[in-house]
Amino acid sequence: METRKKTKRRPSRRILPGFGLTMGITVTYLTLLVLIPLSAVFIRSSGMGWDAFWTAITGRQVVASYKVTFGISFLAAATNAVFGFLVAWVLTRYRFPGRRILDALVDLPFALPTAVAGIALTALYARNGWLGQFFYSLGIETAYSQVGIYIALTFIGLPFVVRTLQPVMEDLDAEVEEAAASLGAGRAKVFTQIIVPALLPAMLTGFALAFARAIGEYGSVIFISGNIPLRTEITPLVIVKFLENYQYPQATAVAAVMLTASFALLFVINLLQRWAEKNS
Amino acid sequence: MKTHTHTPRRLAAALVIALFGLALSNAAAQTLLNVSYDPTREFYTDLNAAFAKHWKEKTGEQIEFSQSHGGSSKQARAVIDGLEADVVTLALAADVNAIAKAGLLPENWQSRLPSNSAPYQSTLAFLVRKGNPKNIKDWDDLIRPDVQVITPNPKTSGVARWNFLAAWGWAQNHFGGDEAKTQEFIKRLYANVPVLDTGARGSSTTFTERQIGDVLINWENELLLALKEQGDKYEIVTPSLSILAEPTVALVDKNVDKKKTREVAQAYLEYLYSDEGQQIAGKHFYRPSNPAILAKFQSQYPNLKLFTIDEVFGGWNPATKKFFEDGAIFDQIYLK
Repeated sequence: METRKKTKRRPSRRILPGFGLTMGITVTYLTLLVLIPLSAVFIRSSGMGWDAFWTAITGRQVVASYKVTFGISFLAAATNAVFGFLVAWVLTRYRFPGRRILDALVDLPFALPTAVAGIALTALYARNGWLGQFFYSLGIETAYSQVGIYIALTFIGLPFVVRTLQPVMEDLDAEVEEAAASLGAGRAKVFTQIIVPALLPAMLTGFALAFARAIGEYGSVIFISGNIPLRTEITPLVIVKFLENYQYPQATAVAAVMLTASFALLFVINLLQRWAEKNS
Repeated sequence: MKTHTHTPRRLAAALVIALFGLALSNAAAQTLLNVSYDPTREFYTDLNAAFAKHWKEKTGEQIEFSQSHGGSSKQARAVIDGLEADVVTLALAADVNAIAKAGLLPENWQSRLPSNSAPYQSTLAFLVRKGNPKNIKDWDDLIRPDVQVITPNPKTSGVARWNFLAAWGWAQNHFGGDEAKTQEFIKRLYANVPVLDTGARGSSTTFTERQIGDVLINWENELLLALKEQGDKYEIVTPSLSILAEPTVALVDKNVDKKKTREVAQAYLEYLYSDEGQQIAGKHFYRPSNPAILAKFQSQYPNLKLFTIDEVFGGWNPATKKFFEDGAIFDQIYLK
């Protein structure tokens, strides 16, 4: 101990070397990429005064757009939580020809430019589209309605749920299920008492990622939504509208609201996740 | 063997030097950046080639062009935020005003060139499906309950503002200046719009590819082009009255002084007013501002009465304030 204290280099309190360097790079990286741009949003909007800020973020069209964006994003993420679960389950639990191709398909929404996705989905779901004609004959308007927004947001959110669930599912110990079964648990019971609790934290993470992504999505939605004020206008479009009219402070004000709301939501979901982890 | 392992690095070094050389030789020829709006792409490609030839003959100097196209106000914002445009050629004077407000060019820019700095003009007209199945003849047909109208959002699109103002101007005239009735008309018109795209090209796609709507309101030059390409599917309907749209051009003083391109940039803008420049505009279905050249192309434009934004609305500043600002009339018609 004596000799170590005398060496010039401060003894590292961590077993793994390189903490200082990697942490430094991490902080710089996150500051440059995330923190500075995000704080710019708040700084720009802070110059406008409270009254103007309040007027900008509570206009009727703006409030209507919050409802559309947050409501439909929530529905889309919830849908993905259910069906993404199924997809991940099929991909991890079964072996069948074409599995790898199916697996690769899941990533497509990640890779496709969102504008391309938007145009493709609109072409499909418009009244004269392949799929749209069936929906329209049933009286369901798919493109240029809230349903259209829901379709686009579900599309872009799918990989988030699947890709978060997959590794956790793969690590799921089959022996626990077998043990439960041998102790007399039925299939339903194994599913609800063993599988779901073990996967719930990952499912929540996937849901949160898909939700956060959907809230900020612009490119694919504007093609399919119709963009009618009060009905199918998403908040990112409201921000663009402000920008196009050279109203930078108003645009950043609404952006600040979105950031705060997303942050709060992610925080709540994080808490839920911890709670689920503890209980499983 | 050893030399082989070095080749990639040497190649890279050679490439870097080559790129530098390229950059230097490029700096020798002057480059002009023209920041424009969406549908002018083909027009300016032609015009730039013609001007480059003209400039070479006149001065012996080589001139190269960069073109940038996009939504008009998005382009203006790019210039405000530092895109070093020598000249801007935008859809609305309002967008150039915004650049002037940012201090890049003087406030009186519009009086520096002839005809309000609009070397070519256009107007708005209707595109309907072949045979005009809904029998659309004029603006008042657009508010019929069985008609769907396609036009972009005036909040995000330059041409959509011209569309809005054209409709307003017609209604104001039709109702003898009755403001309430005019606003009611506009409200009913926009209630018939099922899709408000963010830009003009988006609206064209909605109308032609998605087959949505009975009538598309768009630039006359875009409609004439569409008709040239797909004349078997559509026809143009000319309303009784429309607005004279004046896309404006301006020198960006701060940038040309910094890049030392004032002389050639000024000559470029003046070339737009020359006989050759006017001919090229006419060829691309714009209305030349020079009456003699306009007369040559007269047969290609539908005959209709036109009013200007200055006559009816007193210019862009009051019009923007009254209709398009936050909480102004365009927002109001959706609230009630």
